[in-house]
Amino acid sequence: MTLTADDVKKIAHLARLGINQQDVTSYTQDLSGMLALMTQMGATNTDNVLPMAHPMDQTQRLRVDEVTESDNRANFQVIAPQVEDGLYLVPKVIE
Amino acid sequence: MHTKSIKDLAQGMRAGEFSSVELTQAFLARIKQHQPLNCFVTVTEDLALQAAKQADARIATGDASLLAGIPIAQKDIFCTQGVKTSCGSKMLDNFIAPYNATVVEKLNAAGAVMLGKLNMDEFAMGSSNETSYYGAVKNPWHTDCVPGGSSGGSAAAVSARLVVCATGTDTGGSIRQPAAHCGITGLKPTYGRVSRYGMIAYASSLDQGGPMARSAEDCAILMQAMAGFDAKDSTSVDLPVPDYRADLNAELKGLTIGLPKEFFGDGLSGNVAAVIEQAIKEYQKLGATVKEVSMPNLKLAIPAYYVIAPAECSANLSRFDGVRFGYRCENPQDLADLYTRSRGEAFGKEVKRRILMGTYALSAGYYDAYYIKAQKIRRLISEDFKKTLTEVDVIMGPVTPTTAFGIGEKMANPIEMYLSDIYTIAINLAGLPAMSIPAGFAEGKPVGLQVIGNYFKEDRLLNIAHKYQQVTDWHQRSPKGFE
Repeated sequence: MTLTADDVKKIAHLARLGINQQDVTSYTQDLSGMLALMTQMGATNTDNVLPMAHPMDQTQRLRVDEVTESDNRANFQVIAPQVEDGLYLVPKVIE
Repeated sequence: MHTKSIKDLAQGMRAGEFSSVELTQAFLARIKQHQPLNCFVTVTEDLALQAAKQADARIATGDASLLAGIPIAQKDIFCTQGVKTSCGSKMLDNFIAPYNATVVEKLNAAGAVMLGKLNMDEFAMGSSNETSYYGAVKNPWHTDCVPGGSSGGSAAAVSARLVVCATGTDTGGSIRQPAAHCGITGLKPTYGRVSRYGMIAYASSLDQGGPMARSAEDCAILMQAMAGFDAKDSTSVDLPVPDYRADLNAELKGLTIGLPKEFFGDGLSGNVAAVIEQAIKEYQKLGATVKEVSMPNLKLAIPAYYVIAPAECSANLSRFDGVRFGYRCENPQDLADLYTRSRGEAFGKEVKRRILMGTYALSAGYYDAYYIKAQKIRRLISEDFKKTLTEVDVIMGPVTPTTAFGIGEKMANPIEMYLSDIYTIAINLAGLPAMSIPAGFAEGKPVGLQVIGNYFKEDRLLNIAHKYQQVTDWHQRSPKGFE
């Protein structure tokens, strides 16, 4: 499996990840190389194997639906790039 | 003072030979003196001296843990309240963590004195510490060589005796590989043993924090303070923590060591193999027997890992969007531009490569072919280990195929860099505990022996490492210029 430069630009768009035009070629090569490595998996039959998502096959632990945290908004917003009246500011989305 | 063990330092402080403040000052001076190694992203001198004063007061009351007053440092992946937590990235160069990771809380509570935050590969993605925004760390044994990664700052700092011990994290070998390259002892615990809360996530189903120190005994002391159930980490395992020092001296007579033939095939450098074989002979002298085993699916660990880890990384790193914390680009034109440029300008090339790979593997049409396939392979690898560990007590082999490579040597070829993790990655996929123990030298550079144990048998691994360190002195050697 080999990717094209357009594939890489499409993936970068999906990831909302800016990549420099001059790096597209090297990413295309690197990703194609990684995919070539992954084709090795194809030779092994995994038809009746269950996918393994967690080393202990543990399921997510749930907790009682109670408020346990105090309000830390002001504290967390100290490190935000731009805030106003407790809101995170971004460029205008709706005119 | 900088060559003593935790136990000896703790005794020295209790006997009044030196105080924690004096010890802290001595290590801070070493950090300054050896700044060119580039081990630290941040040195927290004032906080350290405050903590040392408190530790001295606590030791004086007679009610303090062994770690009280001991100078340590945290890998810069662990959030430290009020202190910059960069994760080796420009993205978090301005990030002052608003809370402490559980590991940091626990070590603070034990009275350990944090001297600062240690350099690492960006977001723990790398095997050489060269992907850090703060520049490469140098290997104290050979300053033209890498210290390994991603916990390269931790390994180099312990090796150069800039700290007594340090924390690391291991997603595909990031504790064991740098420990091996720097000639120190490192333990990657069972997945779920050490809390991941406040440990910046790379690949959540693989990431695990653990201790890095000079000896197995020091690792045991550090591990005691780090391990345990944490309600704040939904994958933390609720099992009691054993006393990791209780059985350090247990006899090894009757121990069965499995040697997977896949660990000793092509690709393993001859002089590394010779060191490993010698170490195994030492274990036979201690009463162990060896048995050749085979784990046929091990060869698929690298391809499976480089689907699963990037897939999880692409999801985890989507939080860095320039809105709530971290880097934001100048003058964004619109919201899409804000996301795209903030991420594009602040992530380094290796991080971008893995986000792209993960996004692709999870995208429509490819999910089954790559992600699900890799998860199935992951189970096969895990089953190989489970089966082998019913036949033998532990598995041994090399940590790395070669000794530390040169700075810049593998940066142009990422795939070649990935292949250097061949012996460590499978253990993370299975979630097992494993250690790297200094076992000798090849070309004047340290070689690590890997010991892999069964789930939650960290105490047994520490015992096996400790007994070896009673009959060898590789772990006590210091690099030239850092004695």
